[in-house]
Amino acid sequence: MISNVILFDAISVQNWTYILVGLTFALYIGIAIWSRAGSTKDFYVAGGGVSPLANGMATAADWMSAASFISMAGIISFAGYDGAVYLMGWTGGYVLLALLLAPYLRKFGKFTVPDFIGDRYYSKTARIVAVFCALLVSFTYVAGQMRGVGIVFSRFLEVDINTGVIIGMLIVLFYAVLGGMKGITYTQVAQYCVLIFAFMVPAIFISIQMTGNPIPQFGFGGKLSDGTGTYLLDKLDGLSTALGFSEYTEGSKSMMDVFAITLALMVGTAGLPHVIVRFFTVKRVRDARKSAGIALLLIVILYSTAPAVAVFARTNMIETVSNKRYDAVPKWFKKWETTGLIEFTDKNNDGTIQYVADASQNELTVDRDIMVLANPEIANLPNWVIALVAAGGLAAALSTAAGLLLVISASISHDLIKKIIKPSISEKGELVAARLSAVGAVCVAGYFGINPPGFVAAVVALAFGLAAASFFPAIILGIFYKRMNKEGAIAGMVVGITAMLLYMVKYKLGWFDDTLPDKSEWWFGISPEGFGTIAMLLNFVVSIVIMKFTPQPPENVQEIVERIRIPSGAGEAVGH
Amino acid sequence: MKKNDHAIAYWKENIRYVLILLTIWFLVSYGAGILFKDALNHIRLGGFKLGFWFAQQGSMYVFVVLIFVYVRLMNKLDKKYGYDK
Repeated sequence: MISNVILFDAISVQNWTYILVGLTFALYIGIAIWSRAGSTKDFYVAGGGVSPLANGMATAADWMSAASFISMAGIISFAGYDGAVYLMGWTGGYVLLALLLAPYLRKFGKFTVPDFIGDRYYSKTARIVAVFCALLVSFTYVAGQMRGVGIVFSRFLEVDINTGVIIGMLIVLFYAVLGGMKGITYTQVAQYCVLIFAFMVPAIFISIQMTGNPIPQFGFGGKLSDGTGTYLLDKLDGLSTALGFSEYTEGSKSMMDVFAITLALMVGTAGLPHVIVRFFTVKRVRDARKSAGIALLLIVILYSTAPAVAVFARTNMIETVSNKRYDAVPKWFKKWETTGLIEFTDKNNDGTIQYVADASQNELTVDRDIMVLANPEIANLPNWVIALVAAGGLAAALSTAAGLLLVISASISHDLIKKIIKPSISEKGELVAARLSAVGAVCVAGYFGINPPGFVAAVVALAFGLAAASFFPAIILGIFYKRMNKEGAIAGMVVGITAMLLYMVKYKLGWFDDTLPDKSEWWFGISPEGFGTIAMLLNFVVSIVIMKFTPQPPENVQEIVERIRIPSGAGEAVGH
Repeated sequence: MKKNDHAIAYWKENIRYVLILLTIWFLVSYGAGILFKDALNHIRLGGFKLGFWFAQQGSMYVFVVLIFVYVRLMNKLDKKYGYDK
């Protein structure tokens, strides 16, 4: 069957990949040349005149990283119900953004998150603490993205991972340095289109194959198309328990941990500087609200499809390999075996694949990424669909990397150089500094992509905890609590991010002990991924307690708060 | 002073909308998707157990609707208070 498909496909997967990746890259570069930045306002906030639709698309692409595109469906297919922490956590944060942050930050109308913290808390210290948090969050995040670019290149184009990272660096460098936020915004619009098309096409094909329903969101709650009348999810629950796994629809994390992780991810999403800064680019307050809605709608298209893909892929995989002869496995199995993403060790030498929950008898290890990467091949889809997945994965990784690099460069050129080190710098000088910082940031990100410190993979998910523990409370209190002062906010941010870092180092990296402490030692049974919730609460409590014992903020700061609460009026203009 | 009262009234109405919408936000995700998932799983929606559906589908759809409802409410409120210019 597979050989037939290849015979009839005139163009190989490899060539399709070159064609599609080449075309999309040419498109991104073309957009970058068309949308060069001429001022710092162009460079930091795309001139401040982006339409809500374009901003919504750009935010969605900015947000959906290589992890969302490549890994999320796979993570869910192994976690079952527990995967809901990512689905709810990474979407629910947009409700907080739209209702509690975006409109007010847009009305405030400056360039960066440290800008808001520094002005609202009338303090250079607050600004420096915010810059530190922004750099910490963005660098942990971007290192993972560059690695993702390298991995996609190496898997689909058979180049070395490091070569892939360098190609990715050059592309991002070109459009981020030339176009700044303006270039990034319009390339992200194109990247959203590429990535959503690339994600949906295989999902729709597979949904039709397995359930006869072209809409994956309905398909995975439907009956199998094999005529047995069984619901797909019931079948998967049955397969899972028969192999010794827990029921797919039940999951295995404690309710407390699921609650804490979901909240940490939601609040972290709302506190991520590269997401917040996107809302500085629209024209009016009402546009900020609307573009948050559009962004979430566009994100949910992918996020509601991912759990369906997870169920299709897991069912397909178990049925294809479980208790099957190793010498009769399909071609995709052998192909992905050479990449090390799927491994078979015949422990009992019977020549048959035993895939079971019991680690001592299990003979198959599957990398979760394979669920998206190999899915089109597992389902026998045409070559161009397989190549499309590569172009989509690259679009997802590049768009997120570019957004993060901009936050890093703005933190340095605007918040550190212009606002603290050398306020007399000219507009032109600041633009040069912004471009140079972007170059520097790309090089550092590339370095981490090529030499990933062992802990990067482990801490990327914790970037959310760091954002939740630092920015979210400081911004919320800054808007909704007029009396909040600099002493409270600074103490809260410092305590919150320190607590998060310490918990992460102790329970995720195990640096304080000889071995990684056991789960039973977690505070309240909460994993490091969920600890952002506790650190955030700690930040709120510390901020409010310290505030009670320290002087009120000055009159003019209280006026800023009153002004940002009203969508129209003076202060609409962006800039200095 | 009168201008200030106007702004305070606007802010109060805004806060009321936010609290109502965030209550729904909490109930569909943390309520239906996590805390009451097991009870809801006794109810079926086609092939879905209802708690599982809320956790992996329903809550996300509600999130989108919540934001667009807020956009509409606030556009009206801005107009009512003359803040739409």
